Amino acid sequence: MTKKTKKGKKSTENSSGLIDITQRKFRWSDYLAEKIIKGVAYLSITIVVLIFIFVFRESFPIFKTGKAPAKTEASAEVQETYGEVTDQSNAPEVQETYGEVTDQSADSNVQETYGEVTDKSSQSADSDKSYTVSAGSGFDDNRSALKSLLTKDWVPVSENPRYGIIALIIGTFKITVISILFAAPIAILAALYTASFASRRMKEIIKPTIELLAGFPSVVIGFFALMVLASFLQSMFHYDTRLNSFVGGIAMGIAAIPIIFTITEDALTAVPKTFNEASLALGASKWQTAFFVILPAATPGIFAAVLLGIGRVFGETMIALMATGNAALMGLNPFESVRTLAATIGAEMAEVVFGDTHYNVLFLIGSLLFIFTFILNAIAEFYVKGKLMKRIQGK
Amino acid sequence: MTVEKILTENMDLYYGAKQALKKISIKIPEKKVTAFIGPSGCGKSTFLRSLNRMNDLIDGVKIEGNILIDGINIYDHNIDVVTLRKKVGMVFQKSNPFAKSIYENIAYGPRINGLKDRKQLDEIVETALKNAAIWDEVKDRLGDSALGLSGGQQQRLCIARTLAVNPEIVLMDEPASALDPLSTSKIEELIVQLKENYTIVIVTHNMQQAARISDNTAFFYLGELIEYDKTKKLFTNPDKKQTEDYITGRFG
Repeated sequence: MTKKTKKGKKSTENSSGLIDITQRKFRWSDYLAEKIIKGVAYLSITIVVLIFIFVFRESFPIFKTGKAPAKTEASAEVQETYGEVTDQSNAPEVQETYGEVTDQSADSNVQETYGEVTDKSSQSADSDKSYTVSAGSGFDDNRSALKSLLTKDWVPVSENPRYGIIALIIGTFKITVISILFAAPIAILAALYTASFASRRMKEIIKPTIELLAGFPSVVIGFFALMVLASFLQSMFHYDTRLNSFVGGIAMGIAAIPIIFTITEDALTAVPKTFNEASLALGASKWQTAFFVILPAATPGIFAAVLLGIGRVFGETMIALMATGNAALMGLNPFESVRTLAATIGAEMAEVVFGDTHYNVLFLIGSLLFIFTFILNAIAEFYVKGKLMKRIQGK
Repeated sequence: MTVEKILTENMDLYYGAKQALKKISIKIPEKKVTAFIGPSGCGKSTFLRSLNRMNDLIDGVKIEGNILIDGINIYDHNIDVVTLRKKVGMVFQKSNPFAKSIYENIAYGPRINGLKDRKQLDEIVETALKNAAIWDEVKDRLGDSALGLSGGQQQRLCIARTLAVNPEIVLMDEPASALDPLSTSKIEELIVQLKENYTIVIVTHNMQQAARISDNTAFFYLGELIEYDKTKKLFTNPDKKQTEDYITGRFG
């Protein structure tokens, strides 16, 4: 790289009048553009990785049941902060408010929550030395929390908090299965119609319309499900719980249809026209061609579309919050309420104490969501690239 | 003269406003090889594709005049296009096997006609592959994907696939244009064998090929049928000046 030929416009012709290609020029603009793009790429990758590290790190303390000095210190610090706050003059007011609430709402569920908070703050308010004790209790919390992870009870806010995420996982899978069973056939058939049967004008209307639906805010779909769909489905199927995994699944299916549709349609359109011609020339009818030639040839794309749909449903929070009933029940009955992993984070993030066991468990749920999605993508990658492609393209 | 299988009378074809074929009248005899030659864009492929109504797939195509196969106008409103295409099979310029196994490619045609019996399917597949002179090369790997075959093998597979539905007429649109000389000669041998049982119409750019394999040759130029005669006569003693110019390489 010869920096001395800085002026790019310098005559490229030498004395003999031929174009001289022997001198390499340093092009500033190229160099800078390249570096900037590279920098941005690395930055974004780093940010994503850091987020993952953070999420995993925050969920990690639960697993420290043996010697866990880091965690003990952390919870001690937190407790200390409370102690300080209590010392100050405005703390009694807070206490008083809680006390009042506790007195009034005697027999409701809410009472338990408030009661617990009151306990905690009063405990930490007792004395400065209390934090060593509560630090120890935080350590116990972790042990019992870890034990309770595999139970079926999700009772994070109580005297005896239990964090049974099994019910949440089952709920999430249940709702995913329901919504994909609902969305995938509809979306794939709609895509098949659009790709193989619809006239060009029809296609120009259908495709953008459904793609528009993909950008529809999920809170609106959730609201619709909560207000209209839930009542409609209940009057149709006559089940007891108005909000349940069936309603939630259908609503999430509505959110997933446009995604599955668009990608499936692309995959179907990408099937070579020659397949279509070949099949028709053999005396196949249009639908035989569509089902037995076009659809199988697009299998990898359709598979990817369905996986993306699953991913969408999996992480969907707003609709889950609004339409599923949010009761962490275990069981396979689709007409029972469920609570999904994502909805749990969404519902409880506002009420956890920073650094608390509950806080850690929520991050653990976040990690789980990430791991599931990762596995899903890995399956897609290996299955589609490996087996499916091999089977279809030969070799 | 033998019986005519295909007969067209004053047939015009339009792509939108543009006329692509002008007043084509031709008699194609049964169980013979008929070749269409002519420079690119002269309408020979378009004409071929209208013989099994593949042009229906293209928007804005309008056809006037008569195309009779076995005396029946194939553009009549009561014609079942699906059955017509079973009767008039087609092999395309670019080999286009399905993304399925070799076996499934051949079995597809009989299957969509409702044949389910595995034994019969096996027989049809074997016969078709033998007729297309590819059986020995693929018999040990019928379950492999057809897309793993070489170009020449793929094209013969496509011919076998067409034969498997047992058509009466086989249309071939430049079937060897993308193949090496060895594969081409195999396909040519095959075509000569096939005329025992099938009426074959082939479009080709290669005049030697037309001369080698066909019984009759039609010369198309700018959407018109210039000359149609016995291949020997057309190549040695053409009636029209344009035909002579083309086959002697003066243009096109």
